[in-house]
Amino acid sequence: MSDNQKKLIEMIVGMQSPEAIELTKVMLEEGADPNTILDICRKAMDSVGQKFEAGEYFVPELILAGDMLERISELVKPLLKEGGGGQKKTHGKVLIGTVAGDLHDIGKNIVTFMLDVNGFEVKDIGIDVPVATFIKEIQDFQPAVVGLSGFLTLAYDAMKETVEAIKTAGLRDNMKIMIGGGQVDQVICDYTGADGFGLNAMHAVKFCKEWFGVKE
Amino acid sequence: MNTATQPTSNNELYAERVQRLNDAIALRQPDRVPIIMNSLFWHTRHAGLSFRDAMYDYDGLSAATRKALDELQPDAYVLPHPIMALGPTMDIMGYRQLKWPGHDGVSNDVPFQYLDKEYMKADEYADYIFDPTGFMLHKYLPRIATAFEPLAKLPNFPSLYYTRIIHSTRSFANPDLVNAFQTLQKAGEEMGRMLGKTVQFIDDMAALGYPLAESATALSPYDLFADYFRGSKGIMLDMFMRKDLLLEAMDKAAKLIPLQAIPAAKHSRSKGVFIPLHWPGDGLMSPDQFKTFYWPPLRKVVMTLIENGLTPIMFWEGGCTSRLEHIMDIPPGKCVYFFERTDIFKAKEVLGKLVCLRGNVPGTVMSAGNPDDIKAYCKKLIEVAGKGGGFIMDGGSGIPDESKDENVQAMFDATREYGGYA
Ligand code: B12
Repeated sequence: MSDNQKKLIEMIVGMQSPEAIELTKVMLEEGADPNTILDICRKAMDSVGQKFEAGEYFVPELILAGDMLERISELVKPLLKEGGGGQKKTHGKVLIGTVAGDLHDIGKNIVTFMLDVNGFEVKDIGIDVPVATFIKEIQDFQPAVVGLSGFLTLAYDAMKETVEAIKTAGLRDNMKIMIGGGQVDQVICDYTGADGFGLNAMHAVKFCKEWFGVKE
Repeated sequence: MNTATQPTSNNELYAERVQRLNDAIALRQPDRVPIIMNSLFWHTRHAGLSFRDAMYDYDGLSAATRKALDELQPDAYVLPHPIMALGPTMDIMGYRQLKWPGHDGVSNDVPFQYLDKEYMKADEYADYIFDPTGFMLHKYLPRIATAFEPLAKLPNFPSLYYTRIIHSTRSFANPDLVNAFQTLQKAGEEMGRMLGKTVQFIDDMAALGYPLAESATALSPYDLFADYFRGSKGIMLDMFMRKDLLLEAMDKAAKLIPLQAIPAAKHSRSKGVFIPLHWPGDGLMSPDQFKTFYWPPLRKVVMTLIENGLTPIMFWEGGCTSRLEHIMDIPPGKCVYFFERTDIFKAKEVLGKLVCLRGNVPGTVMSAGNPDDIKAYCKKLIEVAGKGGGFIMDGGSGIPDESKDENVQAMFDATREYGGYA
C-alpha cells in the first residue's frame, strides 16, 4: 500500500473529513485507480465499524464516516468504468426499511452501514414504507432476511401488519425477520411475529451471521 | 381527609396534591408517591376524538382531558393544549415544520410529525452569532411558514439611525408585508382564542382539584440546533467540522432560551418548566462529546431557571444510563429528572439524594402488556425508585397513544395501592 493510501485510511478512520476529501482529489489527479480508492474506503469503514462495536465510536462518528464515503464516491464514480465498483458482498441479501407511519431513519441507516461493512448485500428501502411496498420489494430483491425498523409505539402495529402481509403473500417460509429501533423487547417481538429483536446494529449483524451460517 | 367538608374539598384536594408533588421534588417523603397524567392522543382516542379533531376542536380536547382526569384522579396533569390544539393557527400561517392529521393529504387518524430538515445552513452559524434576531426575522422564520416569508423584506433595524429610521417606514407599506401582517393578525386572533380557552380550562380544572404539572417549556441548546436549525445529520457533522461556531452559538442560545421560559412560568400556577431532552442518549454521542457539547450549555439554562425560583423538569429521552455520573453537578432538591429507558434503579443509587426522579413504566408494556405486568413494574418502581420519597410515577414517555385503557388504569391503581409511605 502506498503512503497516500495509508494516509487516506488514517484520515477517514481518524474523522478528518476535509483532509480526506482533499487527499482523494490529489490522488485522483495523480492517476490513482478509482477502484483502489473505493477499496481503501471499504477498509476504512471496516475499522470505523469495529470501533463502533468496541464502544469507542458513537453515532456521530458513523454519520461523519458515511458522509465522507458519500463525498468520496461522488468524486470517484464519474471515473469508474462500467461494471467497476470493487465491492465483494458474499454472505447474502438483507432488505431493511422503516415501517409505515415512522420517519426515524438514523438507527436503520446505522444497521445498514454495519451489515454492509460486515459483508452482507443490503437493500435499504427507506422510511415510512407501506406494507405493499415491502411485499413488492421483497418479491423483486428476494432477500433471505428482512429487517423492520421503527421508533414509535405506533410502529408495533405496522410491524405486525408487515409480518402478516409477508405471510399472506407466501413469502414467510424461507425468511427470517428481525425488528429493532427505539423500544422493542421480547413482548413486542412476540406481538409482531418476528424471529428476533435487536437493540443495536451489532445484534442485527449477529442475527444475520447466525441465520446465514457465517463463520467468524 | 376524614373531616373534610364538601364545599372546600376540591380546594383541599388541590392543596394536598400540590403538597405531595412539592414534597417529592424537594426530596421529602410525601404521604404517597405522586402520579402525573401525561397524555397526548391516548386520552383523546379514549374519548372518541379523531387525531385531527384533537388538534382542531378546542372544546373537544378540553372535554376529553377532563374526562380522563375525572377517571384517573392524578396528582397533576400535563396540559395538552399548547402541544396539540395548533391545527387552526398552523393552517392560517402555513406552518411547514410539521405534518399533521387532516392537513395536506395526511389521514385523520395519525399523530402529527416533526420534519427533520436543514432549516439553517452550515455557513449561517456566523449570522446567528452576529445577530440572532436578524437571523430569525430575515432567514429562519421565512423558511418555516408561508405567512413569515415576507418578513425577509423587513429593514435591517440595527443598521439604521435618525432619518434612515424614518425612511424605513416605507417597508411597512410593501404589499407582501401588509398581506403577511394581515394573515398573522388572523393567526394571532386564532391563537388568542385557543389560549383563552386553555387558561379557562386550567382554572376550571384547578377548581375541581387538579393541579398543573408544569407551565412553561425550555430547551437544551444542543437540541435547539439539532432539531430546529441544523437537522440530525447536520448537527453531528458540526461537532467535528464547526466545533467552535457550534459552541459559541449554543452559548448565546443558553442566554436566550430562559428569556422566553421565565416570564411564561412566573405568570402561571406551576413553577415547573418542562425541558424535553432529545439528543443526550447513550449511543447518540461519546462521553466526551456529551461533556463538551451537551451538558454545559444545558446546565447553564437549568441554573438560570433555578436562580429564578423555577423547577426544571428534564425529560431524558431514550436511555441515558451512561450519563448519570456526569449530571450530578446541580443543587439538591431543585429539579426533576424524568427518565424514559434509563436504568431508573441505578439512577436512584447515583442521584437519589440529589434529584427527584420521574418515570418510567415502559411504553412497550403500556401498549402490548397487561395490567398485571404494569402493576408488577409499578410496585418495583415504588419500592426501589420511590424509597424514602423523591419519586413521581409516570410512563417512560408519558402514556403512549396506543396504550390499552386497562393498562393506564392499572398504573394509577397500583400507585394508590402500593404507593403509600407508612
Ligand atoms: C432523532 C429523533 C427524531 C428525529 C428523527 C430524525 C431521523 N432522521 O431519523 C425527528 C426530530 C424527526 C423525530 C421526530 C419524531 N419523534 Co423522535 N426521536 C428521536 C430520538 C431523539 C432519537 C432516535 C434515534 O434516531 N436514535 C439514534 C439511534 C442510532 O439510536 P439507537 O436506537 O440506539 O439505534 C440502534 C437501535 O435502534 C437498532 N436498530 C434500529 N433499527 C433496527 C432494525 C433492526 C432490524 C435491528 C435488529 C436493530 C435496529 O440499531 C441502532 C444502531 O445501533 C428519540 C429519543 C431518544 N433519545 O432515543 C426520539 C423518539 C424516538 N421520537 C419520538 C417521537 C414521539 C417523535 C415524534 C412523533 C415527535 C413529534 N410529535 O413530532 C416525531 C415522529 C416522526 C415520525 N412519524 O416518525 C418518541 C417516540 C415515543 C413513542 N413511544 O412512540 C421518542 C422516543 C422521543 C420521546 N421519548 O418522546 N424524532
